[in-house]
Amino acid sequence: MPDPSDLAAVWLTLRLATVTTLILMVVGTPIAWWLARTPSRWKGPVGAVVALPIVLPPTVLGFYLLLLLGPNGVIGQFTQWAGIGLLPFTFWGLVVASVFYSLPFVVQPIQNAFEAIGDRPLEAAATLRASRLDAFFTVAVPLAKPGFMTAAVLGFAHTVGEFGVVLMIGGNIPEKTRVVSVQIYDHVEALEYANAHWLAALMVVFSFLVLLALYTLNPTGKRK
Amino acid sequence: MSIEARFRLERAGFALDVDLVLPGHGVTAIFGHSGSGKTTLLRCIAGLERAPGTLTVKSQPWQDASFFMPVHQRPLGYVFQEASLFPHLTAQRNLEYGMKRVPATERRVAMDQAIALLGIGHLLDRLPDQLSGGERQRVAIARALLTSPKLLLMDEPLAALDLARKNEILPYLEHLHDELEIPVLYVSHAPDEVARLADHIVVMEGGRAVAQGALTETLARVDLPIRLGEDAGVVLDGRIAERDGNWHLARVEFDGGSLWVRDTGHALDHHVRVRILARDVSVALEPQHDSSILNCLPAEVAEIAADAHPALALVKLKLGKSAVVARLTHRSACGLDLKPGLPVYAQIKAVALIG
Repeated sequence: MPDPSDLAAVWLTLRLATVTTLILMVVGTPIAWWLARTPSRWKGPVGAVVALPIVLPPTVLGFYLLLLLGPNGVIGQFTQWAGIGLLPFTFWGLVVASVFYSLPFVVQPIQNAFEAIGDRPLEAAATLRASRLDAFFTVAVPLAKPGFMTAAVLGFAHTVGEFGVVLMIGGNIPEKTRVVSVQIYDHVEALEYANAHWLAALMVVFSFLVLLALYTLNPTGKRK
Repeated sequence: MSIEARFRLERAGFALDVDLVLPGHGVTAIFGHSGSGKTTLLRCIAGLERAPGTLTVKSQPWQDASFFMPVHQRPLGYVFQEASLFPHLTAQRNLEYGMKRVPATERRVAMDQAIALLGIGHLLDRLPDQLSGGERQRVAIARALLTSPKLLLMDEPLAALDLARKNEILPYLEHLHDELEIPVLYVSHAPDEVARLADHIVVMEGGRAVAQGALTETLARVDLPIRLGEDAGVVLDGRIAERDGNWHLARVEFDGGSLWVRDTGHALDHHVRVRILARDVSVALEPQHDSSILNCLPAEVAEIAADAHPALALVKLKLGKSAVVARLTHRSACGLDLKPGLPVYAQIKAVALIG
């Protein structure tokens, strides 16, 4: 049976994933749009930077984020100056880390969807008196809807599944930074296999449902 | 009230270099082979392509050295080769998309009018992928019209359609021409569309305009024969003046004479257009009474020019204010001693009624 600390970990994980996903949709969409449409020679380097978390070990990412957010890091000095204090070992520290960690999983599906639209619908919108911003919201976004769904689901799921970055940046503070994946690790370390099972099974079911949702929302081959 | 366009655009392996004054009324065909720059010219006029140059539409500057009006601020309608309807919107919502972005005071084409003109009333609730190619293109044309454009740009709107769909849309385009006073620039490489729809023509070749003018006059030029398709020929505008039920013939009266054609059911006074190919016209010095040729009209030799083959000559014949072109051998032209000003008879073997 789950004990209260398990439930706290589940709740924390859901809050973290939700907040991260919301931020990522707002931050990732303009990046995806730029990457999809720019003729700039910076497209390659920027795309590569965005994709880095896919290949980097989470500990590497976490290490550098810890330095950046720490008392001597650029962001850390800024947050101290701004009176927010230091972010590592706080919920918002986890959010910042998760945003970087899950960024490619949100940017890439949206970018692919924008690229698939092509120029023509936007040209048609322009000849129908729609400004660029107008066409973006009334043509590009609705046509890229499947991409947005995929991005949201992947961003959320990927944040739920992170472990290494959380440990590096958040440590293991109950109800503050102890998410499900870390909680499972703790249970196993303490040989509390029953508790570990309960949470692990929950993660399996959750992951399956996410993927099921993804494939149901986005049946490949049906869209033209 | 004309359209003045001057563009110069260098691309790898292609250069557009035009300086055009196009009429601000009627249908102007921009005619040429693929790669001649006609679509690029149209995209430059729309502002979809940014080429250095100047563009003034009905005394309103759209582009000059220091100013470039964004596409969405230009009062134009654009019909693409593929309908390019928004796939997430129904036909009705597609039609409304442009219309609701035009201030109500500037709307001159009503929704009902556009729907009736293109015959799409029964399609409004459907999504684009539930429409046939021809239906989609009709919705796209109506959608463009509903922005009440001051200039309608059409980029080979029928090229992606098969012949049946094409014939389904052509009458709608003719209605458009007759009912709305919107100047149209119509890019096409299809001779039949140009012959049927255009009032003016710009002939593009290698990024330049090699000829332009009223369609009937430009086609009658023999110094620079513009071939719509395989053969030189002219187009004449006329009206049905008489119908002979006995022989199923109709008499088409044009400025300079009249021609008997097969009666295709058009009512009296109906405006029609006929096409006469140079190979179907021969020249005689006397009226021929013992001939099977129905149409034999008094004319006057205006100009004689060499045709592509050294044996052949193109002879422009004036019939009142109109003209036809005849293709003869140089030997015949010499035998008849044809020279400008000589009164002759044009024998016209075949006349095609093209709507």
